[in-house]
Amino acid sequence: MNKKILFLSAIIVAAWGIHSCRRDIKDRSLTYPALNPLKADTNAGNWKPILLSSASEFPVDAPLAVTSNDYKSELLEIKSWQANITDEQQDNIDYWSAGSVLRWNEIMRELVAKYNLPPYQNADGTYPLPNAANPLAYPFFPFANPPYAARAYAYVSAAQYDAVVAAYHYKSKLKRPTPHQVDNSVKELIPVTAAYAYPSEDAVIAGAAAEMMKLLFPGDQSYIQQKVTAAKNARIASGANVRSDWDAGEKLGKMVAQKFLTRARNDKAGKAVGTPADWAKLATDVEAKGEVAWKSLESPARPPMLPLFGNVRGFLMDSSEVVMGRPLPPPLTNSEQFKKETKEVLEFSKKYDREKLRIVHFWADGAGTYTPPGHWNAIACEDFVKERFSEARWARNLALLNMALFDAAICCWDAKYYYFNQRPSQADPNIKTWTGVPNFPAYVSGHSTFSGAAATILGHILPSRSAAYDGMAQEASMSRLYGCIHYRSDCDAGLKLGKGVGNKAITVAQTDGAE
Amino acid sequence: MLLKNLNACIAFSLFLFALPSSAQTDMDGIMMAKRNLCSELTYSHASWTHYWEGTFYRDNANIGKVSAQTIGFMSNYGVTDKFNVLVTVPYISTKASAGTLHGLKGLQDFALMGKYKFWNAEKNGFYMGAVGVLGITTPLSNYTPDLLPLSIGMHSTNGVGRLILDVEKKNFFTTLSYAYTTCSNVKIDRESYYTTEMHNTNIVNMPNNSRMQIRAGYRKNELLVELFADRMNTIGGFDIRKNDMPFISNNMDMSRVGANVKIPIPKTNGFGVVANTAYTVAGRNVGRTFQYMAGLFYIAEFSQKGAAK
Repeated sequence: MNKKILFLSAIIVAAWGIHSCRRDIKDRSLTYPALNPLKADTNAGNWKPILLSSASEFPVDAPLAVTSNDYKSELLEIKSWQANITDEQQDNIDYWSAGSVLRWNEIMRELVAKYNLPPYQNADGTYPLPNAANPLAYPFFPFANPPYAARAYAYVSAAQYDAVVAAYHYKSKLKRPTPHQVDNSVKELIPVTAAYAYPSEDAVIAGAAAEMMKLLFPGDQSYIQQKVTAAKNARIASGANVRSDWDAGEKLGKMVAQKFLTRARNDKAGKAVGTPADWAKLATDVEAKGEVAWKSLESPARPPMLPLFGNVRGFLMDSSEVVMGRPLPPPLTNSEQFKKETKEVLEFSKKYDREKLRIVHFWADGAGTYTPPGHWNAIACEDFVKERFSEARWARNLALLNMALFDAAICCWDAKYYYFNQRPSQADPNIKTWTGVPNFPAYVSGHSTFSGAAATILGHILPSRSAAYDGMAQEASMSRLYGCIHYRSDCDAGLKLGKGVGNKAITVAQTDGAE
Repeated sequence: MLLKNLNACIAFSLFLFALPSSAQTDMDGIMMAKRNLCSELTYSHASWTHYWEGTFYRDNANIGKVSAQTIGFMSNYGVTDKFNVLVTVPYISTKASAGTLHGLKGLQDFALMGKYKFWNAEKNGFYMGAVGVLGITTPLSNYTPDLLPLSIGMHSTNGVGRLILDVEKKNFFTTLSYAYTTCSNVKIDRESYYTTEMHNTNIVNMPNNSRMQIRAGYRKNELLVELFADRMNTIGGFDIRKNDMPFISNNMDMSRVGANVKIPIPKTNGFGVVANTAYTVAGRNVGRTFQYMAGLFYIAEFSQKGAAK
């Protein structure tokens, strides 16, 4: 009887233990400290912008004097916020204090994951296309697949960088002090290191992001606007900016973004889906060379993902450089090399290996995720937090990373659709995969290209992490072979192609004045 | 004595992409007698071609028919006439009939349950009993839960509490039960995932679940024939988005009907066969599963000194 009670007690304790060890999940993004830059980068106004002809291309009105009544009433606004700060407001201040570039990058990743779902088929077995003019009707616009995502991250990051350069230029020129410098009874609830407050760098970052994202994620404009408002409230309530610092910055950020929007509307991404005639031609061209053309392994067969994305205009290379840098052909279908590589994939398919499966799933970044470019953004952000970069350097470094990832997508997609070769499971239906087969040709591996590019530019930005990044890129690349969705040569050639793109980004980094 | 205990021995069932496997025995109102040990080996097969993506009922030519085969071992020991201890160990293998995705297999979750008959009464020929079950289940292997619908389980460690009421008259019986399962957080192989928002962590907060069941039938010593209906639902969780993959913290609901039979094999001194079947009649974020099971059990009675009879 005692034993019975003991046994029951043990089970009750265990059950309670299970119940109570739930729920306290630490989301990494909520563990970041307030950004307190090691270096203010006050000269960022002299850094070389990406699209702007100069940091002063767009005008900024001179601010009202800090002695004016309007300014004083703005100080009062801060004080009234600070007098009655709620927990919710404090949480909002803490959230945004980690850094605006970081937070907008996270918001982007969230939206990419939200929209990264392939449309469900029509009753007749065809597939509907998302429509930018009607983004909330199914299928939602956009389908934020890896190339779309790479482009989106790049445009937002690049626009933020140019906007920050412009903001720093005007800060140094207009020299408006921070609220606390004007009135020391205004508290600074977060570290304020910028010497000048006008226009707010956080506001240009928000304005540029929000304006770009209206084009990229038109179905979530109200969500994006809520984030802008939250960021603005955080800056004002924390005492870092008065309202006019913010408004001037947001306006400047939006103007800079307009320049990027104009470019984005004409970068050929809108035509990347192609037409049924384009899709058919891809196959006939390859078959004319005696090779086996790629076929969709989905059922019903889905048109290939963004076959003309290789024509899109990137930031680091023009079209002729993309074509000139195109990888050499993959092993020919009838070659011994092809048979050998297909057999290698089959071996990985036959053998279950839990550690390899972990690697496959760690890097899969498939449908419903923020994609491989998003994963590399997450990796970069984790490290940048530790580096305590200024907002200007955050913006610059993520712009370099995302331009590299975008151009990597272009080069990779160019190769994929030039060679239009089959996936391993098409060559040998006995090959079962450990993750989903992407709906586009195999050569070269997208993950490998993205990872090669990202590891190269990140290794330049943080040389002490260079070897670690190369290791991650290698693992990400091999994960596609372990997952049985790529041949080894797809991975090797992709990594190499990506490193080449990463080197182009390094050239930009070396000449932008930030080093 | 032996035959009277046969009813306490019944099978596993697997609720594909909804619930870990569980022994039916923890949901009936019957107890093994003191120092009786029932051991059971079963094979079960569960499959579906259609599933509910949220409330949208569909099939998917990229997976075709998803099936799971389970070899289950269960043991139920009568510590006393009113207190039993149950353990279960399932080995599961999954596969999809179409598309390229590889199936998965492995040992799933070990279950340890204590079952206590804390009340019984007899009036006007009605025999009534109330039974409480407490238990834990925990993964036996490092399988991945994050490849639904082909994962073999959810990989959470669970605590289960169940209350069972049983009424019998002239061998006809009805059993009602309600169970609440609390699930631990689950670690997955990737560092972020999207539900209705982004999560930058590899830890997933699993919804708890509850389950109600009614069963009724005829039992006479060695024989059992019964029908059952049950409803399981997670408390919380989110819907699968259109054309997305299922995820472990989805809101999974399912209602099933089924039947169990148990027949002793004459002149074998303790051996018998069990079989059951179940069909999902309604659901949300689960497959419309049809399943069947067949197995063999053996009951041994141990003497005071512990030797088998």
